[in-house]
Amino acid sequence: MHELSLMSNLLEHAVAAADGAPICAMRVRVGPLSGVVIDALRFAFEALAPGTPAEGARLDIEETAPLLHCPRCGADYATPVGFYECPSCGAADGELRGGNELELASIEVPDHV
Amino acid sequence: MCDTCGCGDPHAHDHSHPHDHSHGPSHDHGHPPPVRTLPVQKSALELNQRLADQNRGWFRAKGLTVYNLLSSPGSGKTTLLERTLREMPRAAAIVGDLQTENDAVRLRASGAQAIQITTGATCHLDAHMVAHALEKLDADGLKTLFIENVGNLVCPASYDLGENRRVVLLSVTEGEDKPLKYPVIFRNADLVLITKIDLADAVGFDREKALAAIRQTAPKAQILELSAKTGTGFDAWTAWLAG
Ligand SMILES: Nc1nc2c(ncn2[C@@H]2O[C@H](COP(=O)(O)OP(=O)(O)OP(=O)(O)O)[C@@H](O)[C@H]2O)c(=O)[nH]1
Ligand SMILES: [Mg+2]
Ligand SMILES: [Zn+2]
Ligand SMILES: [Zn+2]
Repeated sequence: MHELSLMSNLLEHAVAAADGAPICAMRVRVGPLSGVVIDALRFAFEALAPGTPAEGARLDIEETAPLLHCPRCGADYATPVGFYECPSCGAADGELRGGNELELASIEVPDHV
Repeated sequence: MCDTCGCGDPHAHDHSHPHDHSHGPSHDHGHPPPVRTLPVQKSALELNQRLADQNRGWFRAKGLTVYNLLSSPGSGKTTLLERTLREMPRAAAIVGDLQTENDAVRLRASGAQAIQITTGATCHLDAHMVAHALEKLDADGLKTLFIENVGNLVCPASYDLGENRRVVLLSVTEGEDKPLKYPVIFRNADLVLITKIDLADAVGFDREKALAAIRQTAPKAQILELSAKTGTGFDAWTAWLAG
């Protein structure tokens, strides 16, 4: 359960980016290889947001898939966790190009401030 | 008309801050509030990453090769290191547990330096804790540093400590399909060590099934099998460390 500390980092990024404005929404991108549990992340947000500029904000979570690049045939492919074989040539040693991220992609702030 | 956001009812919500009106679905007067999207693109692990890179620089400057050892509680990390440190000169360990100095005390009996990190309630080591442990390490003459992570197959996967190699241990007593249940931690393994193989027969360990599960979830990892009790397979491990 380290989602509390990770969410607190995301909130810090959001507050810094909002630069004094209230935050209407946070868009968080979560890869399945990041090792975090999305429900725990939402719970952490509910626990931490009150009293910050993100109080009452919407938390949009975008789930990504593992993205791999095949060094043999050059294919780029998305795949479920635990299945990494290249669908074109069967190579097993694809390089991870995405799917382990846990990042604040963007925030929404009121247009009138 | 509300002259702040242009909605029909000036009293429908309050624009003073902190804003006590909620946005999204409950913002129910017919249109979404006008908002601006600001790109941020910042990782929750940004600070850890920075400190991990700093640790990496420190390791490089000291000429150290560093291994991060990960496994479930009790898979045999400390037992492996007790034997490794006895056989291997110029090596030291940092060991993380929620409570107690027990593992560091066990490791020091080998004659090597061992620094305990007690994490309290935290279920993993992070780069910051390791950076502080390094302040206590006498790195003169050292070549190898082992970091025994907190026994946990989930959280430690997310935290780069600045290590050169990740070693994931899987003991024969914990089920051949463990890698399928915890694929995230196996994905980044450079080496998967099957431990306690002296117990394999007693527990009916299905070796082929375990190897298949490891290959599927850790396609890039090398796989070795050993017993830290009897020493079976230990040479291949020390050869891997030397190579
Ligand atoms: N039979 C046998 N038992 C082992 C072997 N390696 C470790 N054990 C036993 O497994 C138990 C746990 O071993 P540890 O080395 O303390 O495991 P650990 O991974 O350091 O445990 P935590 O630090 O608590 O996560 C102990 O009772 C060890 O004696 C082995 O190769 N064979
Ligand atoms: Mg231990
Ligand atoms: Zn954790
Ligand atoms: Zn391919």
